[in-house]
Amino acid sequence: MEGELAHIGAGLAAIGSGAAAIGVGNVAGNYLAGALRNPSAAASQTATLFIGIAFAEALGIFAFLVALLLMFAV
Amino acid sequence: MADKAEEGGLVFHPMDQFIIQPIFGGDVTWYTPTNAALWMGLSIVAIIVLLVLGSRHRAIVPSRSQSIAELAYGFIYKMVEDICGKEGLRYFPYIMTLFMFIVCANFLGLIPTSFTPTSHFAVTVVLALAVFLTVTVLGFVKNGAGFLSLFWVSSAPLALRPILAIIEIISYFVRPVSHSIRLAGNVMAGHAVIKVFAGFAAIAAVSPVAVLGITAMYGLEVLVSFIQAYVFTILTCVYLKDALHPHH
Amino acid sequence: MATDTPGADAASSGGMPQLDFSTWGNQIFWLVLTLIVIYFILSRIALPRIAAILAERQGTITSDLAAAEDLKAKAEEAEAAYEKALIDARAEAHRIVAEAKAEIQGDLDAAMAKADAEIAIKAAESEKAIAEIRAGALEAVKEVASETAQEIVTAMGGSTDAKAISAAVDARVKG
Repeated sequence: MEGELAHIGAGLAAIGSGAAAIGVGNVAGNYLAGALRNPSAAASQTATLFIGIAFAEALGIFAFLVALLLMFAV
Repeated sequence: MADKAEEGGLVFHPMDQFIIQPIFGGDVTWYTPTNAALWMGLSIVAIIVLLVLGSRHRAIVPSRSQSIAELAYGFIYKMVEDICGKEGLRYFPYIMTLFMFIVCANFLGLIPTSFTPTSHFAVTVVLALAVFLTVTVLGFVKNGAGFLSLFWVSSAPLALRPILAIIEIISYFVRPVSHSIRLAGNVMAGHAVIKVFAGFAAIAAVSPVAVLGITAMYGLEVLVSFIQAYVFTILTCVYLKDALHPHH
Repeated sequence: MATDTPGADAASSGGMPQLDFSTWGNQIFWLVLTLIVIYFILSRIALPRIAAILAERQGTITSDLAAAEDLKAKAEEAEAAYEKALIDARAEAHRIVAEAKAEIQGDLDAAMAKADAEIAIKAAESEKAIAEIRAGALEAVKEVASETAQEIVTAMGGSTDAKAISAAVDARVKG
């Protein structure tokens, strides 16, 4: 019984990956919108873009980690 | 879990590829040569081939391998210079070490049946903790108690500053956690998903889709391997900048 | 769970080999060793060498650029010299042309003067000859007229006064 609950929890935690995807999409989309308005400033901001994507993605990775822990470690 | 999967005709062992196995048998003690040790050693070999053998001709007009070595050097050098400023260049060899190790381990891990050291929390936690401790110690050595001004946001209204300080402190101590788990999690997730697709490939009806899925995931993983190494390095640079110039 | 995975004896704490803390010491040992080796390879051999290569290339490029600048200056100098030579040559040519023109003009003038003089002499001679001829003719006419008049007067039976006849003929011829 507990194992089944853990699997359900893992599935729910996987939703977090989708949320992280929205976040990453937001970052990249806004970067692109800004870059098209001012292409000359775009190159200098790619580092910031990747940092932003990394932060947004980290939380999705946490959700993935929770799912893994529920699947394998609980 | 595995029992049920086998009843349905599907066998998923997505995590088996991460098992640490001794090469010559026996138990895993702290010095046993394992597959992890083997692939770390191979990443050293890759670095030697790329950076040392590649640049051995010292040509003014570079050959292909020398161009790659110069490209890697210039890439990280410029990153450190842009983010940390001129003082940060003293720490360039450390950052280059981290980057080259992660990028080589990631790419070698993409070879089928290989082992990826960076998919293990043991590895990434050590890397992230090394960065975290170095940066913290460096911050205090360089700035003394002034390093604490990193947490005291002087541009915010006075009433908000204690709350912001708490948030800043929490986020500071979460840094090594997210720093390490991001790398291991990304690498592990990609490899595990490829393995799951490989499990589906055993069913004839869906195997073309599964093979396509493996191909697509593999392409994504090539990208992720580089981007995660890049992100790890650039975050190291950002943390280093905080230690060198804690004032916002 | 997942107890039937092959080779899972090392990962017996759970399904995730990453969370099997019995292997952490081993990995950390090898990782630290690897990082130290990489650090020494990079800081002792690879990075100084690549930095030297890049610096050398930068130096070569700079000196090549300087050399190119030199050559460009030289080329400009040569062009200026060429331009000057061209202008000189053009001026010389003008001078020669003017000289030749003046010489020719002089020759031409001399020849013209000579020709004019000759023509004038010839004209004078001709005029003289014409005057002579005219005078000769007048004389002859007078003679013939006076003789004829004398004959006519004689034939008419008058006395022939040679002087009066010639005077009359003169008056007629003039008139």
